Amino acid sequence: MPQTVEKILDHSQLFNEPEYQELFERKKQFECGSSLEEIAKQSAYINTWEYREKNLAREALTVNPAKACQPLGALFASVGFEKTLAFNHGSQGCTAYFRSHLARHFKEPCAAVSTSMTEDAAVFGGMNNLIEGLQNAYTVYKPKMIAISTTCIAEVIGDDLTAYVQNARLKGAIPQDFPIVKANTPSFVGSHVNGYDVLVKGVLVNFWDGKTRGEVTEKINIIPGFDGFAVGNNRELKRIFGEFGVDLTIISDVSDQFDTPTDGEYRMFDGGTTIEQVEEAINAKGTISMQKYCSDKALDFISATGQPTASFHYPMGLKATDDLLMKISELTGKPIPASLEKERGRLVDAMADSSNWLHGKSYSIFGDPDFVYGMTQFLLETGGEPVHLLATNGGKEWEAEMKALLATSPYGAKAQVWAGKDLWAMRSLLATEPSDFLIGSSYGKYLERDLGIPLIRLTFPIFDRHHHHRFPTWGYQGSLRVLVTVLDKILDVLDAQTSKTGISFDLVR
Amino acid sequence: MDAESKAARKQLVADVLSEYPEKTAKKRAKHINVYEEGASDCGVKSNIKSIPGVMTVRGCAYAGAKGVVWGPIKDMVHISHGPVGCGQYSWAQRRNYVSDGVTGVTSWVTMQVTSDFQEKDIVFGGDKKLAKVVDEIEAIFPLNKGISVMSECPVGLIGDDIEAVAKKKTKEIGKVIAPVRCEGFRGVSQSLGHHIANDVMRDYIVDKAPPAPETWVSTPYDVLIVGDYNIGGDAWSSRILLEEMGLRVIGQWSGDGSVGEIENGPRAKLNLIHCYRSMNYICRHMEEKYGIPWIEYNFFGPSQIAKSLRAIAALFDETIQAGAERVIAKYKPLVDGILAKYKPRLEGKKIMLYVGGLRPRHVSDAYGDIGMDVTATGYEFAHSDDYQRTTEYIKDGTLVYDDASEFELEHFVKALRPDLVGSGIKEKYGTQKMGVPFRQMHSWDYSGPYHGYDGFAIFARDMDLAVNNPVWKMHKAPWGKE
Repeated sequence: MPQTVEKILDHSQLFNEPEYQELFERKKQFECGSSLEEIAKQSAYINTWEYREKNLAREALTVNPAKACQPLGALFASVGFEKTLAFNHGSQGCTAYFRSHLARHFKEPCAAVSTSMTEDAAVFGGMNNLIEGLQNAYTVYKPKMIAISTTCIAEVIGDDLTAYVQNARLKGAIPQDFPIVKANTPSFVGSHVNGYDVLVKGVLVNFWDGKTRGEVTEKINIIPGFDGFAVGNNRELKRIFGEFGVDLTIISDVSDQFDTPTDGEYRMFDGGTTIEQVEEAINAKGTISMQKYCSDKALDFISATGQPTASFHYPMGLKATDDLLMKISELTGKPIPASLEKERGRLVDAMADSSNWLHGKSYSIFGDPDFVYGMTQFLLETGGEPVHLLATNGGKEWEAEMKALLATSPYGAKAQVWAGKDLWAMRSLLATEPSDFLIGSSYGKYLERDLGIPLIRLTFPIFDRHHHHRFPTWGYQGSLRVLVTVLDKILDVLDAQTSKTGISFDLVR
Repeated sequence: MDAESKAARKQLVADVLSEYPEKTAKKRAKHINVYEEGASDCGVKSNIKSIPGVMTVRGCAYAGAKGVVWGPIKDMVHISHGPVGCGQYSWAQRRNYVSDGVTGVTSWVTMQVTSDFQEKDIVFGGDKKLAKVVDEIEAIFPLNKGISVMSECPVGLIGDDIEAVAKKKTKEIGKVIAPVRCEGFRGVSQSLGHHIANDVMRDYIVDKAPPAPETWVSTPYDVLIVGDYNIGGDAWSSRILLEEMGLRVIGQWSGDGSVGEIENGPRAKLNLIHCYRSMNYICRHMEEKYGIPWIEYNFFGPSQIAKSLRAIAALFDETIQAGAERVIAKYKPLVDGILAKYKPRLEGKKIMLYVGGLRPRHVSDAYGDIGMDVTATGYEFAHSDDYQRTTEYIKDGTLVYDDASEFELEHFVKALRPDLVGSGIKEKYGTQKMGVPFRQMHSWDYSGPYHGYDGFAIFARDMDLAVNNPVWKMHKAPWGKE
């Protein structure tokens, strides 16, 4: 009997006990599984170049994609505005999934409502659901704003959000002047990064449309983009701008919403960009997007008002942070503060101290297009050599930008860029052309297990480790943390590799 | 419960309902009740459409069909057919453990396989793409024993004929291809997805099962485990008891299950069903068509385990009956030890539950075993037969809610201040903010198994670590006002 009161074994150990191993053996006879020979043959085959070619030739089948769908990004952007209720028009299962997905990453509640469309709504349209939903949501949750985004069913049947919302106002379900933002976010177009963009643009359109730029303020707007590290990163941005002495408006700031305290009170809403801030943002000196592929449409809209814009690719590391600070300085006319220059020196100091461990290490990276770009750029600065760079939701433009980046460094020579490929493709790539490390999200843990390539978790979603999102990855300080995360893995792996013989199991590294 | 307390609970319900618009309050009132001892059901309406905008906790038919019933079948490739999201969010989230499977070679449970619909697939239809997806699955996953097509919302709206594609491709590849019409807009919750999933399993595997091979030797003790999804290994810690009492488990449906085990189905002498809600349909069918009787059992906590073992054994001969007694006796010292250790720490603690198919009632006596008291409970997607069965478990005055909204749950937690809440990931963190301990009772909060005697030990340990962790006394700053 494996279980005892003194040492209770759970799933992680219980099933390794002989009683359960024997049970598995007995079970096999009823499974009609493949023969051991077939399994061994196929297990070996999936690591070959021949399989890789077959695997990469797939045109219709997607396996283990590293992307989510538009409304998830829209929901994420929605809750970054003060007391804004994310409101999905479509089937209720979508909303349940978005909420769970974000809760699993942030270890935080994630509120959002659905119009719960069912078969009758599919036939007659979802207007009644939308109107009833708005009335209930407005009455019960008392938001300051409701941000509607659509899911598949509403898009496929062609529900007209503008007309329905108008009708809701006419029927008195919500007050005439109650702010409602709309975003069309079908899941069969783009990915979560586009949904983020559409929602942010929707907010700006709602509050800026028909207005022109007035007297320019001293403020700078920042659109952070979809970012699993938003809690740490947005706060780091505020600190950096504080050093500059520049007022900052983060357009969609989720840093408080996804980091509420446990103090006895559940806050359905916390923090976020206020409507007044959004309204004022039209007169800012400029808007900086931290992630270009999360903000194409929003930036076009902002540019059209005559406001200067600039965009980055998830700026990590030295040059990316330098460029960000110089851009802030350029837009505001303020010099880069000495305190930040000192931080820069500290990052260089850390990179120098650890350079002998970092130089020449090879990495494969997957994630959203901006993240993969920013991560690659930083690793090149450490003498790291990227191998496979993959974004399931990356396109031709991204691929070209990546290749241009790689061409700037001798360490980029070996790298291959994989736009639109999934993580089962990555498996073949790593099986045939391995790298020392893999950088990505928790989804990479299967690759780590199957191929023995250590995974460094540095992008959304991180389900199986806690609290990383509370720390920044942007700016010199954030970069320092990224550096330490990578370095810890390198040295942990080295210790594990050398612990058996003791040779090279050194106390000082 | 005394009349005064009961009246207070009724007032609490009225207060919460009063926050809704009138029409909504009227609708929701039918789903919430304070249970009266002796009533034949819980006095709540169920299996009705959720109200838009109130933040229901429910999911959809796809979640019920792919996420619950089909997804755990390990040697099939399950295509999330449609856009990328549904498959992405349900990817490896239910902890359906697998024995003896090589991921991507003989098992696909922890993989996300999708046709990733693009706009052109919506405009021109997805059938051609589906056919190609099947070909590509065959090319890169040749050892699969079958394929399921789990339809997402758009598929049912654009007039695709996945049944025709399945039929054509089945002929070509000679394996089962099961088209499951589980679009998320069908029905009112996960529940219809379960039903649809059962029906497709019936039509495409069970009723088409080939005759037993010549090497197959039937025994009078052949049983199936039905409606156990092996979350955290639950089906294994159940199976071990059934085998120890002398039964032969010829299939697990569907946790750690295989096509072979589903095809074994018609040869069973008895179906043992754990999650009644999600798989009663197939049991009824097998009873009708193959004459296989079925019995519900409950392997949560020693009281119910012993009761179930005896009830199952009563349907067999004396050998098995003696086997059941032997098993109960064997584990008694373990049970006594666990109770001695944990009951004093948990005695009198109140728990509030809000879960899915069977747990709002099934875990009730397990809590009773460790001295805890279920003060409120409810289901996301139950039917009236579930609420009838629930009366066997709950006490007078228990607050019962059906398809509760987050708003209602928050207010009930605030007012009742239970010592523990058991619900899902969406409810977990908000509850903890209030300083109330929480256990996810869908995923066992990344623990488990909870079934069987081995599982009960873990269950008791987990409830103790949740309720008695020092952090729950820390949420008020020492300088704050009471």
